[in-house]
Amino acid sequence: MADAPVPAISVRNIHKSFGQHEVLRGISLDAQDGDVISILGASGSGKSTFLRCINLLETPDEGEITVAGETIAMKRNRTGSLMPADRKQVDRIRSELAMVFQSFNLWSHMTVLQNLIEGPVHVLKRPKAECIAEAEALLEKVGLAERRNYYPAHLSGGQQQRAAIARALAMQPKALLFDEPTSALDPELVGEVLKVMRSLAEEGRTMLVVTHEMAFARNVSDRVMFLHEGVVEADGAPEDIFTNSESERFRQFIGNFQA
Amino acid sequence: MSFDVAFLLSTFVKLVAAVPMTLGLFACSVSLGAVFALGITYCRVSGGPLLSAFARAYVFVFRGSPLLIQMFLIYYGLGQFPAVRHSLFWPVLRDPFSCAVLALALCTAGYQAEIMRGGLQAVPSREIEAGRAAGMSGLLLFRRIIAPIAVRQALPAYSTEIILMVKSTALASLVTVWEVTGTAQRLISQTYRTMEVFLVATLIYLLINFIIVRLMALVEYRLSPHLRERPVSASDGGRQGEVHG
Repeated sequence: MADAPVPAISVRNIHKSFGQHEVLRGISLDAQDGDVISILGASGSGKSTFLRCINLLETPDEGEITVAGETIAMKRNRTGSLMPADRKQVDRIRSELAMVFQSFNLWSHMTVLQNLIEGPVHVLKRPKAECIAEAEALLEKVGLAERRNYYPAHLSGGQQQRAAIARALAMQPKALLFDEPTSALDPELVGEVLKVMRSLAEEGRTMLVVTHEMAFARNVSDRVMFLHEGVVEADGAPEDIFTNSESERFRQFIGNFQA
Repeated sequence: MSFDVAFLLSTFVKLVAAVPMTLGLFACSVSLGAVFALGITYCRVSGGPLLSAFARAYVFVFRGSPLLIQMFLIYYGLGQFPAVRHSLFWPVLRDPFSCAVLALALCTAGYQAEIMRGGLQAVPSREIEAGRAAGMSGLLLFRRIIAPIAVRQALPAYSTEIILMVKSTALASLVTVWEVTGTAQRLISQTYRTMEVFLVATLIYLLINFIIVRLMALVEYRLSPHLRERPVSASDGGRQGEVHG
């Protein structure tokens, strides 16, 4: 897997500041097809910002993003900061990188099924009947077939997040970006979402997962990246990094979770 | 005062004959006002500082001054300027109906623009972000996500504004448009039976607004299944099917 020619996602030297505060100070990452990479870090370490830079929900100040061999064209505006050169390209690349959000972000005025077919029908312009059939299969898979005509407000948090994952899958993305997908859930609902994510990992989906779920990072992902103050502090296979990381900070970080 | 059923009935018939005029004023001014309001809202939320200032000033002026005076200014005021009388717009500005519609539309546009802005502001940024992340932008994002949610948020306030507009059409009687109130006043000047004529007129306005309230409630109900109670699983089948078609 490591010597596949074109990485699914390749990110080079991302910098991002909010005002005076430099949140990301040069982060790079390569994800091959089928990689499941967990991104860990204390709150404020920049991990969510980093993930949001990959699909340009945040515009990085510096750096280069390449998805399946296609580099996002950037230009500098008059003040010298980076901005996308081609909005259409950004939209297209976003449609290839589905995102799952911390607070689900389902469209409240649409049923679960409508949420699932919205992107495929209106962004990807695929035939509606086909999209509905696929969406129903996806809902079956995440255990929400019976809830397809419910509105998000009528679902539990866990069900909403599973619907949001199904919505992401409906785009047939090249990779999935998870932004703390279980952080907004009641503890008893976390399991059902992690179960779905685990099954996706087993299918060989390419996933970048910003998370606080140590068990998921350790048992499901192929690689773990630990961010600290905007840089990659530790990076490696979970079995290595969790047992003998050179980083004192990472050992402290996981220590907090085990305590 | 004894009940003169025959007089009440004949008054009702005469006033009902003026209902099309009232409804015409109402429909023209609300829809023209909505078009103006869309423009003003656009200036306010996505224009530069200049356009935004224009939108604020517009809303301030038209919400802050009496509609009756606005209407008098347009109908009686503008005609004093020779430039206006010789302009392309004179055929419109000399006509009482057009002037009334214009005044009503300009005024409601100020209110409607604020209602629209409120609706837009109430769209959760999270849902917009989900749209962006799925590759939507520009018109598609507006059409599929922002506008549908904004409309749902704005509907209750919009209903109120529409009902106010039905009542505001009565002011057109003062620039010689023979809608329901104007016709009622003419009947009164002929019969001196103020109470009966105005009571019948009131009844007619109530009927019109009753229908409009019911229609708006129906639209609101149709558009907001997501705000209703969670369906009960046991008796799901029929109700869910009906709600979601």
